[in-house]
Amino acid sequence: MAEVRLEGVHKLFGSVVAVEDFNLSIGSSEFVVFVGPSGCGKSTTLRMLAGLEDVTSGSISIDGRAVNNVHPKDRDIAMVFQNYALYPHLNVFDNISFGLRAKRLPKDEIAKRTNEAAEILGLGDLLKRRPGELSGGQKQRVAMGRAIVRKPKVFLFDEPLSNLDAKLRHKMRAEMKILHQRVQTTTVYVTHDQVEAMTLADRIVIMNEGHIEQVGTPDEVYKHPASQFVASFIGSPAMNFATGRIEASGKTMSLRTDSGTSLDLAGCGVAEGTMVQLGFRPEHMELADTAKPARGHVSIAGSITVVEPMGHETVLTCDAGFGEIVGKYEGERRFQPGETVKFHIRADRLHYFDLKTGLRI
Amino acid sequence: MSDLNATMARLERARPGKVILWTLLFLGGVVMITPIVFMASTSFKTGQEVFELSVIPDRPTLENYVFILQESKFMRWMLNSLWVATFSTASVLFFDSLVGYTLAKFDFRGRQIVFIAILSTLMIPTEMLIIPWYMMSRSFGWIDTYWGIAFPGLMTGFGTFLMRQFFMSLPDELIEAARIDGWSEFAIWWRIAMPLVIPALSALAIFHFLGNWTAFIWPLIVTNDPDIYTIPVGIASFNGEFQMDWEIVMTASCLATLPTLLVFLLLQKFIIRGIMLAGLKG
Ligand SMILES: Nc1ncnc2c1ncn2[C@@H]1O[C@H](COP(=O)(O)OP(=O)(O)OP(=O)(O)O)[C@@H](O)[C@H]1O
Ligand SMILES: [Mg+2]
Repeated sequence: MAEVRLEGVHKLFGSVVAVEDFNLSIGSSEFVVFVGPSGCGKSTTLRMLAGLEDVTSGSISIDGRAVNNVHPKDRDIAMVFQNYALYPHLNVFDNISFGLRAKRLPKDEIAKRTNEAAEILGLGDLLKRRPGELSGGQKQRVAMGRAIVRKPKVFLFDEPLSNLDAKLRHKMRAEMKILHQRVQTTTVYVTHDQVEAMTLADRIVIMNEGHIEQVGTPDEVYKHPASQFVASFIGSPAMNFATGRIEASGKTMSLRTDSGTSLDLAGCGVAEGTMVQLGFRPEHMELADTAKPARGHVSIAGSITVVEPMGHETVLTCDAGFGEIVGKYEGERRFQPGETVKFHIRADRLHYFDLKTGLRI
Repeated sequence: MSDLNATMARLERARPGKVILWTLLFLGGVVMITPIVFMASTSFKTGQEVFELSVIPDRPTLENYVFILQESKFMRWMLNSLWVATFSTASVLFFDSLVGYTLAKFDFRGRQIVFIAILSTLMIPTEMLIIPWYMMSRSFGWIDTYWGIAFPGLMTGFGTFLMRQFFMSLPDELIEAARIDGWSEFAIWWRIAMPLVIPALSALAIFHFLGNWTAFIWPLIVTNDPDIYTIPVGIASFNGEFQMDWEIVMTASCLATLPTLLVFLLLQKFIIRGIMLAGLKG
């Protein structure tokens, strides 16, 4: 258990900026997830933490000790790679105990700790197998075993579940959570899957093009996305957006969209004339029979283009005039493409982002 | 191996092609094997019968073998060859893979230049190097020593290149994982990288060993003392100044082939895989 600090960390590959002014302080036992689109610098940041990549500028410290110039093996960290990086010629036992043997621990101590780790991960029967004889999920567990057996100060995971099928991924996600609750080791976890990020994280770090967009609990980043990027990244199906200009006539405010349609906004606090992106989540759109919204609601109409029944809910893609919007409906009603539907959205669930900066207003 | 099986399975299906292929293989086999058959048969012939084209000798004799094993230094040469080839092969396996690994997995200034320099040694024929080697050996007193025979082949550009290519195909993550696991760079090479390129190592070992076993020109030049001769040099020494004792030469050649034959039979699997891996002709 240790605190991890990154201060003003930059990473350049030649002239390519991979990570830019990265500042983050990770608390002891915290589970922090880096999430963001491909190429945003998640792995690079993690690899700098591990010491596999030099820091161009800035400082990294683990447990209060500056580690910029410390060799990976002396940082007391363990890392799980996306492709697991199991040693193909060693069996499961040797794979897990490889790090302990480097420390020249006594044989019985190695055996004890390895068996313990194997037990935790349910690998007891597989110790004599080689990685080539394991399923994806089992390989993933061995990779975890190799990390936990060393009892490091920090776990680093780089997309450890991305090679598993959906069902197994779900299961391993839960195991991951249980494991963390059990060992309480400070964890940095990289993924590009926002569902994984939301379910696992104490805090999420959303990255985009090398910089941090927002750091917050899953609840915070979902409810108060700091930027249009975060808003569009977190949540599934993704948030809907309407671009336009805020107009006021008397007491009522409205959004004049680029395509000319006008949306009445109940009590919005944005100054008149501002160019904004208005965001609202599919799950906050309630199907309504009347065009006139209840107090404190906004109404949006659209004609259905795609109907996706999912069993417990139906995802409706509609053409709303200003663009495509996606709504969710939970209920028995059946829909046809071409049908016109109306949604009401609570005004306090609307998000406004400055069109130029993308920042939340 | 599975590729080979797949190829075989495909051949099974293509009937007419199969006939042609087998015919060609058979002819090729005959061409390859005939000299060896004559070598073996000549070794059982007497001096008078040597130039007769019979495969089965009229009066088979073991005299040649008795002569070679008792009257010549053949066993000594065999041990010399064995020692030089083994030592040289061990050295090549160690150093070529160490350098190949460094070139494949470490990024350092001048890496490309070093690599090109090593590659370019492949373009220099042995014949050109023999004179400098000889002058070197003479000034260092390496003439008539095992070291003198072996030193030019203790590291090879080809082996370095081959090993580099194989190490390049190892995923970096394996090395990084071992680094995080706390092993030194040398230990990572030895414990992780080397075991994973065993097929390449065995191919290199076999080619290098056989190359040394049959090497002639350099050992001939660097040795004068019959006690230091390697097998090919020793066999050549049976040729007198005015006459050729072909039956003796053939017998010695037969004996010299035995160890390689043995190695081949034992390591057949590795050799075939090695040839397929390296894309080389044996
Ligand atoms: N060794 C390298 N040399 C040059 N550029 C690199 C190197 N490694 C990464 N980059 C660049 O740095 C940027 C960040 O890469 P990084 O691997 O950290 O992305 P990522 O967020 O992990 O993406 P993904 O989700 O695809 O794994 C990318 O633009 C990438 O092309
Ligand atoms: Mg990555």
